Amino acid sequence: MYKIAVIGDRDSALGFKALGLETIFADTPEEAKAAIHRLAAEDCAVIYLTEQLAQEIPGDIDRYANAVRPAIILIPGKTGSLGIGIENVNKAVEKAVGSNILKNE
Amino acid sequence: MARLNVNPTRMEQTRLKRRLATAKRGHKLLKDKRDELMRQFLEIVRHNLQLRKKVEGALSKAHRSFTIASAVMSPEMLEEALMYPKQSVALELSTKNIMSVNVPVYQFKMKSDDPAEIFPYGFATTSGELDDAVLALSQTLQDMLELAQSEKTAQMLAQEIEKTRRRVNALEYVMIPQLVETIKYIRMKLEENERGNTSRLMKVKDMMLEEQRQKNIRQDQEAYEAHCLNFEPKQ
Repeated sequence: MYKIAVIGDRDSALGFKALGLETIFADTPEEAKAAIHRLAAEDCAVIYLTEQLAQEIPGDIDRYANAVRPAIILIPGKTGSLGIGIENVNKAVEKAVGSNILKNE
Repeated sequence: MARLNVNPTRMEQTRLKRRLATAKRGHKLLKDKRDELMRQFLEIVRHNLQLRKKVEGALSKAHRSFTIASAVMSPEMLEEALMYPKQSVALELSTKNIMSVNVPVYQFKMKSDDPAEIFPYGFATTSGELDDAVLALSQTLQDMLELAQSEKTAQMLAQEIEKTRRRVNALEYVMIPQLVETIKYIRMKLEENERGNTSRLMKVKDMMLEEQRQKNIRQDQEAYEAHCLNFEPKQ
């Protein structure tokens, strides 16, 4: 049995608590970084991370890109989407195909 | 194209020919792998893109409701309301093998199936917007998990495709031309040796014939001289 965690500032993550997800409040990138590494070592399979925090710590997220667990998924925080999540998908396409062939879809 | 630094011998040539055959076969297999990975990847990534847009839209909406709720309620009350969730989610993780890439498959189980269970608080002291926010979040959860699965899969496949493409290119543009070049070089060298050998033999043969001829001439001369001595007219 694995856990699902949400890392974000208080307002973004609190709502997920009602669903029974593990919520971790992180206001600074350092806190988020520590939380990610701790959760990865524990039994956490999916980590939802707000884009606002993710844009500060891309290196720590990339570290888990090749591992099956955890999957770090970016979600928009309370101030809305920054487009990093979509950007990452496009980057993956670019990496695989060589150019972004889905841009116009 | 640079050729490999090897001795131009027949044994080396046989070895290289075998390597070339393996390289060609590997190249074909990897190319097939790359094509299939690409097909799967594009399928997943298209789905992923749609899912992401959907989830981001839903989450933004939930956040809006939540922001209003937190404006109406005091932070302490909000926290208190959500402090002890009734619901909990357990995640089952298995892996699926796509072209020898292990991608995760998630299956999640809610502790209880009762939809009312998502509200861990009494309705008396909380605002209606909070209900909206929590409801919206719980409705998005399924999509969020699906997103997690497809996004992780897309990431891993992209990585694998890049790796495979590099290998295919390395074989196609470096390894195979190099081997072909080297084999050709060895063949030329061996043929050249062969020709050199033949002409040397011809030369030696010429020399031997010449020697024999000289010997014959000398013998003839001697015989003739002996004959002349024997039949010298007596005086």
